[in-house]
Amino acid sequence: MLGLNGKDFRLFLIVCVMALAAPILLNPFPVDGALAQFNAGYPALMQAFAIFGILAIGFNILFGLTGYLSFGHAAFLGAGSYAAVWMYKLFNYNVIFAIPASIIVAGLLSVLIGYVSLRRSGIYFSILTLAFAQMMYAIAYSDLLGRFFGTPITNGETGLQVYNSDPQFLLAEGGLAEPHLFTLNLNNLTKIQFGGWEFTFEVGYYLCAIFLILSFYLSIRIFRSPFGMMLRAVKSNQNRMNYTGLDSKPYMLAAFVISGLYAGLAGGLMAAMDPLTGGERMFWTASGEIVLMSILGGAGTLIGPVLGAGAIKYMEKIVSALNDNILHGWFAWMPDGMENVAVAILHPFVGKGWHLTLGSVFMLVVIFLPGGIVEGGQRIGRLFGRKGATQTPTDATTTPAE
Amino acid sequence: MGILEVKGVNKRFGGLQALGDVNLSVEEGTVHAIIGPNGAGKSTLLNVLVGKLIPDSGSVMFDGQSVLGRKPFEINQMGISRVFQTPEIFADLTVMENIMIPCFAKRDGAFRMHAIESVGHEKGIIEQAEQMLADVNMLEKHEMVASSLSRGDKRRLEMAMCLVQDPKLLLLDEPTAGMARADTENTINLLKEIRTQRGITMAIIEHDMNVVFSLAERITVLAQGTPLVEDVPEKIKGHPKVREAYLGEAQV
Amino acid sequence: MDAIIIQILNGLDKGSAYALIALGLTLIFGTLGVVNFAHGALFLVGAFVAVTTQRLLKISYEVVDESKKDFLGNPLVVDTPYVHGWFGQATGDAIIDWAVPLSIILAIPVMLFIGFAMERGLIKHFYKRPHADQILVTFGLAIVIGEIVKAFYGANPIQTPAPSALRSTVDFGVWLGYEPNSILYPAWRLVYFFFSAIVIAAVFAFLQFTTFGMVVRAGMADRETVGLLGINIDKRFTIMFGIAAAVAGLAGVMYTPILSPHYNIGMDFLVLSFVVVVVGGMGSLPGAVLAGFMLGILQSFASMNEVKAIIPGIDQIIIYLIAIIVLLTRPRGLMGRKGVMED
Repeated sequence: MLGLNGKDFRLFLIVCVMALAAPILLNPFPVDGALAQFNAGYPALMQAFAIFGILAIGFNILFGLTGYLSFGHAAFLGAGSYAAVWMYKLFNYNVIFAIPASIIVAGLLSVLIGYVSLRRSGIYFSILTLAFAQMMYAIAYSDLLGRFFGTPITNGETGLQVYNSDPQFLLAEGGLAEPHLFTLNLNNLTKIQFGGWEFTFEVGYYLCAIFLILSFYLSIRIFRSPFGMMLRAVKSNQNRMNYTGLDSKPYMLAAFVISGLYAGLAGGLMAAMDPLTGGERMFWTASGEIVLMSILGGAGTLIGPVLGAGAIKYMEKIVSALNDNILHGWFAWMPDGMENVAVAILHPFVGKGWHLTLGSVFMLVVIFLPGGIVEGGQRIGRLFGRKGATQTPTDATTTPAE
Repeated sequence: MGILEVKGVNKRFGGLQALGDVNLSVEEGTVHAIIGPNGAGKSTLLNVLVGKLIPDSGSVMFDGQSVLGRKPFEINQMGISRVFQTPEIFADLTVMENIMIPCFAKRDGAFRMHAIESVGHEKGIIEQAEQMLADVNMLEKHEMVASSLSRGDKRRLEMAMCLVQDPKLLLLDEPTAGMARADTENTINLLKEIRTQRGITMAIIEHDMNVVFSLAERITVLAQGTPLVEDVPEKIKGHPKVREAYLGEAQV
Repeated sequence: MDAIIIQILNGLDKGSAYALIALGLTLIFGTLGVVNFAHGALFLVGAFVAVTTQRLLKISYEVVDESKKDFLGNPLVVDTPYVHGWFGQATGDAIIDWAVPLSIILAIPVMLFIGFAMERGLIKHFYKRPHADQILVTFGLAIVIGEIVKAFYGANPIQTPAPSALRSTVDFGVWLGYEPNSILYPAWRLVYFFFSAIVIAAVFAFLQFTTFGMVVRAGMADRETVGLLGINIDKRFTIMFGIAAAVAGLAGVMYTPILSPHYNIGMDFLVLSFVVVVVGGMGSLPGAVLAGFMLGILQSFASMNEVKAIIPGIDQIIIYLIAIIVLLTRPRGLMGRKGVMED
């Protein structure tokens, strides 16, 4: 089906259903219930799932397949966002201009950075990409381009947004002043009440979801293609690859640019959801976050990065919303002394301490579960003696890609 | 005129003359061995042949074209495949994938952006790879991850990866180095099989006399970076100069 | 000319910090083959050892001073640091005043301990794993350490002043025969530079003149052979890790008066120090030191107004630009050795 084998097609269907039904699936708890805080089915969070999912899928084509660890992918994300906002400023708020522009700009930038960075490998490659991204950040954050051209390009610390004085050549009189797709406002939403439940369907989210599905489909095709096999060959043994008559350079550059295009798309979508952007989107911690998502989910697997992106964005929302009162509520069943100790231990990890949780979880995953969530799922599957336990070596080719 | 012609190649490393005026001709359809004591310049010569080193002077022609200054992948695309001392394979990939990659390289060249096609739909390549695996008796292992193969099978796989490209010249760099006796025998037999079935031209850089004399049709003896003699094995065995320079008194 | 001297001087303190961190990174990379993304966190820990020391020294008890009255006429309660009680007022104040240099005494054992614990507890298990895994786990650790510091000390920069005697400026110009007040330089920065020079010299002397150092250097050149000689190289490498941690920590301690520490300085310095290591040449100790000072001084020159007028914002990107140029033209860095991280 669609050029996929049975197993991949099933996986693709699952992702389609999850993406399209997310507003329902992610709101399993009634609005007034005690567990409503664990709902994730509101637009901003679902958008983040989809956008970071796209970002991580793209990163995974580079890191998961070739093993080249880029620490500078946020540069493409930021470039995509800037390009999108510039399209708003020049033409109008229709994302039909913004999103292609963000993909193209990120693509061009990734050709440039990739061409230079890929002349080195291993740790040098990581540091080169990091240096490039930091340079892009400095350029964006102090608007160096603007100083050359005499007009703000990235608008420095303030960030880039649309002003009334902007040309907006294609903006009709009284036209929509929010991102839209052929006048379909991306902020439009419909709420449906169903018993105690409430589900929100937003146009913007569905735009992201469709791009997520397309991105995921493309990534399956790439994983299963001869090109994908060549990328895994790069990771496995570059020496043998060269002596087999294959030029690893263009393969690497192609992988790098593809992941840059994905990041550009994600950046464009970010600007489509919220039509402004700033330099901090390019800071190296943002690049680190992309790396964390892929690893946490399971680098080199198809679904892993999507899961990783979802897990991190969800944890971020839940953990940052926790506070001592909620913790006390959780541990109320304990004797008072123990309750206080438990809360005191967890206190640094919640609320503003979300990054501590993230760092700790990440370390634990790298140490004990290098395959991430996907490997964890497989181990649990095997533990319960499902099909996993009887898996024969014939599965060896397919399992890493699940 | 041989398929591989090395003419007047010199290479110095600082004060050391690694190769001095090397002339060598490998005839099409023969197995040509290059032997010599440690430090005779065998590895340097090999590195020149595969494009890793550029000699200070001289020429290396393969099939009428110069190989000098070309990258390893270009030299492979010209028709030279190489077997390494320790098998270089794609350890994380399956046996089948290991064989398919050289098939793609042969068919599509050094780079092709075939990112949307599915590997599973490449019937021609799959058949070709399966045929090759059957030829080296590894078909039943095609789904195994290459790193889990035995040492002997890894060597066999690497040979198969080279052979499936149907090279004009197969370069072997001490293919039995560090092997146990039984493995060495197996490798010799495998190479003999390849020789009789496919008639592939081979150049072997080797240390082990056993291997050399049971395979080679012509032998070049290298000493201190210069070819000492070149002849058929029978003549080399008894050659006084060779005894003196390389074999010593005890070994033959 | 004096403008050039000022810029060189301004670059020295940053350069010293880069050099010290890069030195430790290189030691760890050269001996253990580990790419330590948590090294900036060690600098951070050092800085906060200074903060902690200062706070510890200021711990006070309350004394009721009958001679002073508050506005209601009650006797005034005065906070008195314990050090006053122990050493008398004058000496006590001096001790508090000199808290930053004094914290070195505390920092050395603390940093050595953290270094040992980190190597034995975590890094050891990553020797055989790919460099990407080492980067990732130490990156995670760096986040964790930074966040722990934030949990205890908050996110805002904490003022940690230098001893009052060293808060003045040195009139450098007079020494060099210029007009008075033409080249003024903060005394503490000069102290920092000399301190770094001493630490760097000590590390080099240690490696050069002790048997221990000789074995470590041999190990850096060829680990396997040294291992074959029956020398327990692992134990020495653990100690080296501790020393590298201590060097980074001391760099952090002494830097606090120059830059008020906050939980993120580790990361800020780490990224730049990595660039320094790469420019200097992975595995080359002199390269790390040289590149550290060079980049510090270059950065300082790039921030001159005359330069910025020609190329706006060059100060922000000069280091990265240089790193990219060096890596592309001299792939091994300025003083890198063949065979180190070639692939």
